[in-house]
Amino acid sequence: MILPALPVLFPLITIIFLLINFRRREWQPWIGLTGSLLQLMLAVFILVRVKQEGILVLHTGNWLAPFGITLVVDAFSSFMILLAGIIAVSISIYSFEAIDRQRQSFFYFPMVHGLLMGVNGAFVTGDIFNLYVWFEVMLMASFVLITLGGEKKQLRGAVKYVTLNLVSSLFFLAGIGLLYGKTGTLNMADLALKLSIADNSILINTSAVLFFVAFSIKSAVFPFFFWLPASYHTPPVAITALFAGLLTKVGVYAMIRFYTLFFVQDKLFWHPLFLWIGGFTMVVGVLTAASQYDMRKILSFHIISQIGYMIMGLGIFTAAGIAGAIFYMAHNIIAKTNTFLVAGLINRVTGSYDLKSIGGLYKVRPWLAILFIIPAFGLAGIPPLSGFFGKLILISAGFSAGEYVISFVALAVGLFTLFSMVKIWNEAFWKARPENSEPFEGENEKLPLSMVLPVVFLGLLTLTMGVAVKPILDFAMDASAQLLSPGPYIEAVLGSDYQSQ
Amino acid sequence: METILAFVIGLLFAAGVYMLLRRSIVKLILGIMLLSHAINLLIFTAGGLHKGRPQFTGYGMESDIPNPTDPLPQALILTAIVIGFGITAFFLALMYRFYQVTGTEDLDELKEGDTK
Repeated sequence: MILPALPVLFPLITIIFLLINFRRREWQPWIGLTGSLLQLMLAVFILVRVKQEGILVLHTGNWLAPFGITLVVDAFSSFMILLAGIIAVSISIYSFEAIDRQRQSFFYFPMVHGLLMGVNGAFVTGDIFNLYVWFEVMLMASFVLITLGGEKKQLRGAVKYVTLNLVSSLFFLAGIGLLYGKTGTLNMADLALKLSIADNSILINTSAVLFFVAFSIKSAVFPFFFWLPASYHTPPVAITALFAGLLTKVGVYAMIRFYTLFFVQDKLFWHPLFLWIGGFTMVVGVLTAASQYDMRKILSFHIISQIGYMIMGLGIFTAAGIAGAIFYMAHNIIAKTNTFLVAGLINRVTGSYDLKSIGGLYKVRPWLAILFIIPAFGLAGIPPLSGFFGKLILISAGFSAGEYVISFVALAVGLFTLFSMVKIWNEAFWKARPENSEPFEGENEKLPLSMVLPVVFLGLLTLTMGVAVKPILDFAMDASAQLLSPGPYIEAVLGSDYQSQ
Repeated sequence: METILAFVIGLLFAAGVYMLLRRSIVKLILGIMLLSHAINLLIFTAGGLHKGRPQFTGYGMESDIPNPTDPLPQALILTAIVIGFGITAFFLALMYRFYQVTGTEDLDELKEGDTK
């Protein structure tokens, strides 16, 4: 069945079309948009198929697992592919106007699709070395996107971003080497099988720690997050929104995949560690956000704080906890991207991201205020928006698993998130405009439809996720049940007679 | 052989980390290159070193080697080398552009972006 390879092939074909027509600048956004729309439709189709038929497997080149590279789509993967499709469409529409001509004609759209190819590849692969390759594809595209334009501050941010991400890749590769030396396999399902019968869990931990450091740097959790706020505010906001939505979540995805499928021997060591790290990530992220005045910096620090919730879900390690992490991830990808896009709209009408030099927007642009309130209060966790249910599921899972400290921390962090969002609200919308501020020429212009449309679309999704919690949560529960009992996954990859081998 | 390689890997790691901590971007890139070579050797060693056991036989030679060495680690290293090559090329170009725009290659100049 070819289906698991298509999320990778669609962006690739889009890139080919974009490169063929790279001299026709006015075609580029349209080709990019068509590619993203097709990708979204494909994602929906895959999700339905996975729901009907269970896990989809493709042995590339007909090399049977564990020898060839296997592509696997289970419920969790298909859900993530759908989210990537949603973000792809939103960013493609937003980029029509938000990305300047020059960037558009210098391979902006091919790079966006290159990034999506890497992200989708990471979601579908069932092979750890292949995962490393997809990470590199994704990183390479993101390196180009973050430096595209070559402004001074962009290059400053890019040096930090590139260095830290390369170091993380090296950790990942070292982990793969050691794990291969110990088990002789790279296939995730085969690893799960081999590690479940191996009893030397202490030896396995040496590579598990290397993977943990690698994914922690990628997903910007507590001691490894410094590169993120130092670089994410430098490129144009559409690129930041794309990164904020997808890149860190791929790290979290890989972490959940690895630590539910095969690094499950040493629960007593890992799960408390996840809870500690998750707690610190939440608290540090949200407190540092509170001291910032640049909108993009506030939002960047909030990415870190929100990652903490997902790690907390993994640390709780019950069906409800993992489902909460998955639900939270969906909510966060949508709402976080949306807040960045709204910050871009605010910049469009004020010419600044600095909260100190703007104000009074509620008076002139009441609709913009509403567009901001939906994702911002979603992030803070106000009912009936999606963030409330995400937090509710995670915290109630925490209480029922007896993890009281982390649950109280999560509650308190929600309050501080609200503080930061109210701060943006107060400074940008509510307070009077600073008297000494210069008039900005774009002030009275109408906002381009292509920039408002994705914000409305993502805002509606946040609302829908809040209203229709039940079906989404049911799906997340299915995905988490699949993750916690890897038997069917192993069977789908290795064939039904795997136990006899 | 493993012992010697283990020392070489350790030395490369130490040198790589030392270079990462220097202030010049060129040395930073050299550090990353050293680290990636260290890791390539690590995969090579972890994959198993066996004297006198080839991975492949030539065409027409006897097809059954008793206990052939696992060829996969070398395929992995090859992939990693190619990826590392591309990334180093990109990083060097980035460094050159950084030098052109800012007129310095001192990493301490990067602090500005963090505080503001």
